[in-house]
Order: sequence, then C-alpha cells, then structure tokens
Amino acid sequence: MNIIYFLIGCSVLLALVFLLAFFWAQRTGQNDDLYTPSVRILLDDETEPQDKK
Amino acid sequence: MTESIFTEKTTCYHCGDECLSTSYVVEDKKFCCLGCKSVYSILSANNLCNYYNFNDHPGLTRARTDKRFDYLDEPSIVRELVDYADDKLTIVTLYIPHIHCSSCIWLLEKLNKFNPGILYSRIDFLKKQLNIKYDTKQLSLRQLVELLFDIDYEPLISLQDVIKKQNRVNAKDNLVQRIAVAGFCFGNVMLLSFPEYLGLSAFEQTFKHFFGWLNILFSLPVVFYSGSEYFVSAWQNLRNKVLNIDFPLALGIAVLFARTVIEILTQTGAGFADTLCGLVFFLLVGKFVQCKTYHHISFERDYRSFFPVAVQVVINDTEKPVPLADLKIGQRIILRHNEIIPADAILLKGEALIDFSFVTGESIPVSKTLGEIIYAGGRQTSEAIELEVVKPVSQSYLTQLWNNEAFTRQQDNRMQTFNERVSKYFAVVLLVIAFGSLVFWLPTSLNRGLAAFTAVLIVACPCALALSTPFTMAAALSIFDKNLFYLKNTAVVEQLAKIDTVVFDKTGTITTAADNQIVLTGTLSALETELVYSTCINSNHPLSRMICQYLGKVNKHELDYYKETPGGGINTLIGKYDVRIGSGKFLFGEFEETAGQTRVHMLINGRYCGYFAFRQNYREGLKQMVDGLSAYQIFLISGDSDHEKNDLLPIFKAEDRMGFNQSPQKKLDFIQLLQRLKGKVIMIGDGLNDAGALKQSNLGIAVTDNINNFSPGCDAILDGRSFNKLPAFLKFSKNTVTIIHCSFLISLTYNLIGLSYAVSGNLSPLTAAILMPLSTATIISFTTVATHFAAKRRKLL
Repeated sequence: MNIIYFLIGCSVLLALVFLLAFFWAQRTGQNDDLYTPSVRILLDDETEPQDKK
Repeated sequence: MTESIFTEKTTCYHCGDECLSTSYVVEDKKFCCLGCKSVYSILSANNLCNYYNFNDHPGLTRARTDKRFDYLDEPSIVRELVDYADDKLTIVTLYIPHIHCSSCIWLLEKLNKFNPGILYSRIDFLKKQLNIKYDTKQLSLRQLVELLFDIDYEPLISLQDVIKKQNRVNAKDNLVQRIAVAGFCFGNVMLLSFPEYLGLSAFEQTFKHFFGWLNILFSLPVVFYSGSEYFVSAWQNLRNKVLNIDFPLALGIAVLFARTVIEILTQTGAGFADTLCGLVFFLLVGKFVQCKTYHHISFERDYRSFFPVAVQVVINDTEKPVPLADLKIGQRIILRHNEIIPADAILLKGEALIDFSFVTGESIPVSKTLGEIIYAGGRQTSEAIELEVVKPVSQSYLTQLWNNEAFTRQQDNRMQTFNERVSKYFAVVLLVIAFGSLVFWLPTSLNRGLAAFTAVLIVACPCALALSTPFTMAAALSIFDKNLFYLKNTAVVEQLAKIDTVVFDKTGTITTAADNQIVLTGTLSALETELVYSTCINSNHPLSRMICQYLGKVNKHELDYYKETPGGGINTLIGKYDVRIGSGKFLFGEFEETAGQTRVHMLINGRYCGYFAFRQNYREGLKQMVDGLSAYQIFLISGDSDHEKNDLLPIFKAEDRMGFNQSPQKKLDFIQLLQRLKGKVIMIGDGLNDAGALKQSNLGIAVTDNINNFSPGCDAILDGRSFNKLPAFLKFSKNTVTIIHCSFLISLTYNLIGLSYAVSGNLSPLTAAILMPLSTATIISFTTVATHFAAKRRKLL
C-alpha cells in the first residue's frame, strides 16, 4: 500500500498545477471580460473585396 | 389603416430615428440628419458597411455635429488620460457609453482600417470600455478621439474618470485568489479526511500520520492567506471596542487550527482540518457573492463627471484650452453650441440660450441677456458665447453644494444592519457559554474542560449566520437588477426596508424628461398645419422640433422668407401667407403669459390661430405608485414654481406635503429637518440639484431614463421605466429582511444542536464536519428559494 504515498503526491502536484494555472489566468486578466469574446466569435471575418484579386 | 401610416414613416438607416426631412439620401439609404449621413459615408469609404449587416440601425443619432477636442492637445491633460505613453506607443482606455451591440464590437475592433496608426483595439463590452494601443508618431490622442467621434462613438472623457484612475483597486481579484486557494485546500483536505471517517485498520495507522501532516500543511495557507483578513478585521474592531461578526469567526478559525495542530502532533485525534477549510471557503464565497459590482454604473458621480475636462479660455486674443481646475476668476471663456458652462459667469458676448434641464429639470431653454450672471451647469444651445468667470469652479452656485458637510463627513447616518446588531450579542453569549463549560468541567478534568471550551467555539462559529445576509442580499440584488433597479451594494436592501418617509423631486423624477406633452389650443386647418410645419421644420429650436413631431409628417411648402429671432420666434413668408410663430412677447409686444406655462403662439396673416402649450408628462402609473406607498410619509420638493400644484394635488393629497421653489441647499435642509424628526428618509431625485438631498438622506435613489447618462452620486439608480414598481421594491426589501431573520433562526437551531454535543466535550470531528456544510447548504438554499418566492409574490419576477 505504499503506492498511496506516491499517488497522493501525484494528485496534490497535479492539483497544484491547476491552481497555478488559474492564478496565471487571473493575473493576466483572462477572467476580466467574460462576455465580449462570446459575441466576438460570432462575427465573421469579412470577405476580401473581389476587385483586389 | 394604422399599418399604412407606419409604412409611410421612413427611418434613418444609421440610427433608426424617424426621418423628418428627405434631404439626406445616399445610395437609396435615407438618413435623419447630416451627422448620420456623414458617419455612413465614412464607413462606406472604408469598406466597413458590414456594420449595418449585424444589427438594424446600430448607430446613435448624430443630430449635433460640432464638437471640439482641442483640449486633448494639452500635454498635461493627455498625461492624465493615457495609461501608458512613450515616443513609440501610447495605450489608452476610453469609456464609450454608446457601445451596445455586436456591430459596435465589430467596428471598434477594426479601427486600424481607418488609421494604420492604431495598432490594437479591444472592447470590454460590459464595462463599455475600449482599450487602444496606437503609434504616437502617427496619431495623437486628439485625432483618435476625433476619429471615434466621426464614426459616432464619442468617448466620455470627464474629470472624474481622470481622478478615478488614480485610486483604482482590485480588491475583488485578490478575493478570487483567496477563494481559489481555500477551495483547493478544502478539496484536498476532504479527500485526505475520508479514510479517517471510514475507519483505518491497525496496519494502516502510518497513513493516519501522513494524512494528518498533509492536513496541517493544507490548513496553513487557508488560515494565513485566505483567512487572514478575518483576524485583521477582528483585531481592528476589538481595538475600536466593537464586537462584530468577524470576532467569533476569527476565534473559530484560530481554535479550529490550534486544535487540529495539537491533536495531530500529540496523535490524540484527527483534528478539524476539513471543517476549518470548508468554513473559510464558504465564508469567502459569501463575501464574493456580496460584492457584486456594476461596471457600467457609477454611484460616486459628482459634478466633475458632468463638467467638461477643459474649457476654451481667451488669453491675449487667442483661444487656449485650460483644464477646469486651473480656471480663475476674471478669465474669459468661450463656449460653443452644446457646451456646458463650467463656472458661474457673466455673459459678455453672443446670444445665450441655456438649457438648464440638468440643474433645474426644466427642459425648455432659457435665454439670457448680456451682463446677466449664468449659473454653472447649463448647456448652451445656441451660437458661441463669451463669458467672464466670476466664481471658481468649486465655489459656483451648483458646485458649492459639494462643500456641504453632507459630502465631507463619513456616512454616519447609515442604519446598522441586522447582522451588525445581532453579532454583538452573539459574540457575548458565545463567550459566556464557552467559559461556562470550561469552568463546569475544570474540577473534573482539565482536558475535558479545554475540549468543551474549544468545541463550543468551533460549533458555534457563526458561519451560517455570516452567510445568510450575503446570500439573501445577493439574490435580492439580482432581482432588483432584473427590474432595472441598481443598488450600490447589498447593505442598501436592508436600509430600504427601514424607510418610513419618501421624498420625491418633481422635474425629471416624477415627470419624464423626454416626451413633454404638447397641447394645441385652437384649431388649425389642413393648410395652416402645413404652414406651421414648414416654418418649424427649418428651426433647430427644441420647441420647433417638438411641434414638428406633434404635427407629424405633412406637406412642406417652399419658404420665400425666413427669419428666426433667438429667444423669440420665427417669421416666414410662404406664398401669400405671413406666418409668425413664437412667444407672446415676440408676436404681440408687451404680453404677460398666464398660467405659468410655456406657450408658443401662432399668427397667420395677422389672424390668431391659437397656441401650443407645453406641459410636462408625469411618469406612467404615478398616482397608483403614490397610492401604493400609503404606509409611508410622502413629500414632494421641487425647484420649480408652483404652477403645477393643482395637477399634483390629487396625487399627493395634502398641500403642505408639497414644497416648491426649493433651492438645492433648501432641499438638503428639508431632508435634515425630517431626519431630526426621527424620519428614515429616502430621497428620490434625478439632477445635480438633488445631489445634496440625495447625499443627506438615509437612502438616495437617482432616477434616470438612461443609465449611461449622468446621474448624481447616490445609493441606488432606478431606471425610469421601473419607476412605478417602487412600492413593490420597498415591500420586497421588507420580505428579504424577514428572510434574513428566518435564516438566522435556522442557523441558531443548528448551533444549538451542535452546542448540545459541544458542552459535554464530546465533539467528534465527523459531527463538526457534517454539521458545518449541512447548515451552510440549508441556509444557502433556503435564502435563495425564499427570496425568489417573495419576488414572485411581489410580481418582480
């Protein structure tokens, strides 16, 4: 059953990685604006005007 | 029948307003004004007409076209506005009130199509902010703002935003991180505690120590990072000799942590790490729920956000923009169409037609003669005028209100919340029981005594109590929010429940600012209607526009002669008809207007055809609303003269409940008087002239028809459309307080159950670990369900 020590170590480490990832997201402002991207994705890129081809 | 009328109406392709004129047409697309047309031409010239494909009429009407941004060349002002600047790159965040749809996002994020100097533009839709990075060499801030203005997205640049930027804090960010840490530890500790609850066999005892040590390790950040603010707050309150809810909470956290560490180190038990982490986690979540913020609404506005940032000053015959704070007495300023008078000043040159709608609520512009003092806050609606400043900005008639003590003192007229009142006694009782059980068990055994003492502090930790208020209030807040009633914070709900006196302002509050009622006295034949319409359509005067709207779309005749006398009226010749429209004075020379109404008289070929009278429209359901407030004392105070007294009497019942001709200072004094008579006063107002009264009252509500418009500093902002729901709001706030009381009883019951275990000294970690989350879950679900039920009953949902 000593494998438990290793498994718990792994699980805590993994959880820590996610916690740090959340911190990083928070610090870089990824959670600041949770609405605009949902609209932005619906806007199509415009097609290039035909005469430019 | 009606349908055909609707189809005849042409709406502006850009803004969707009705086109009163047919002269603005490009490529079959009709526009209501030159401004809208020019915005369209700019967009089409840049191949950005997709803007119109995402939404119908995404634009804002551009009736006014001239606006000056000279002050944005002033380095000292620019420095205040930008976030970052060097000689290559400038970053600036602008607040643009008009951002409202996906077209806005699409267009504003394509700004570099207009000017390659703009490197990056990003919208935050909810905050209505535009973040722009641009090349300092290719573009100046002024050019950027002018570009935005040209495409109809005028940023709101005000002195207050400049000031706000300097003391911006991100307390909420910090809270989120604390919650993240607490949640992370809570989850892990729960997992590690499970084996203990299920029972570990003898050969698994080594795991027990391992789990115990890990639990201590996880508790450390929870106590010293996430929970630290409770200790700080409890300590500060103790020093101020106040017992608030943070004290028992901090005590609970400390005792939980100490007992956990000791039990694990001495191997006498499993400790309470899971209860500890859960407690802190739930408490912080409660805190998070409580600090809901409205990004797009500001409750702290004062005159600075209403006034311009800078004003054109004449120095040695040249105009120079000067920041408002540097404006001195004796300086000569120039104001153009649609600019706001920043300080009390004497009119020196030009035709002044001042719209004081924001100061007095009166929507019809007032004309002023040379040499007259014009008070700050009015908006010039006619040509450019020159003025001499007679008082500094902060000492002007309107702004000196902010020097009143109501604005400088801390808010001590706030009523104590239920939570504050209860937690005082709670803390005392808790300590008495804890020490009582310690003393009771001491003669038997010290260990048992200590166990009972700590168990009481753990079990009675007022977690559920601390959560009942935030969750109820947050649910209430979101219900108010759905009904277009925006509260500054959750404490306002409780204040709302305690109100017994309601004071209304008149203009702009119980009347609508926009659609004034026009009443035509006398009859016009079809031809006469056309003549009047043809005359008024050529004038930009607000009254002329209202008359045109009233008459609807009729045939227009060619004018042979047109002369508009500012502040007087219009004289036109149409064929053989001589049309004169205007004030009584303009038409008849000496004339005394009766009834105190604003009237526009009409003379056609010398024959009197009657007059248009302008009356302010009361908000829908005003009478029912006032009747609904019968349990409250109701007053009306108005800055206007009393010519509407007879209209208002049936609504407000008693004459002595209505005050007219009240200056802003008098309004404030009136509130103060009511408070001295032990009234809990709610002030409902709109303009700057109510700002003092709003601040002085126990609860100030600003009524506005557009939440992006200026509203004075207050505790709550009410959208005009929900004005008649006020009685329901007040009743609902009372319900929420009852809900808080009930949830307090529920949490007390849980505490009593826990205490019965605790005083005997036999509190097992499992009991604590079940009791704490169970009580929390009960409280959260009870408050949420009960609040929604109450809202349904009040028809707010």
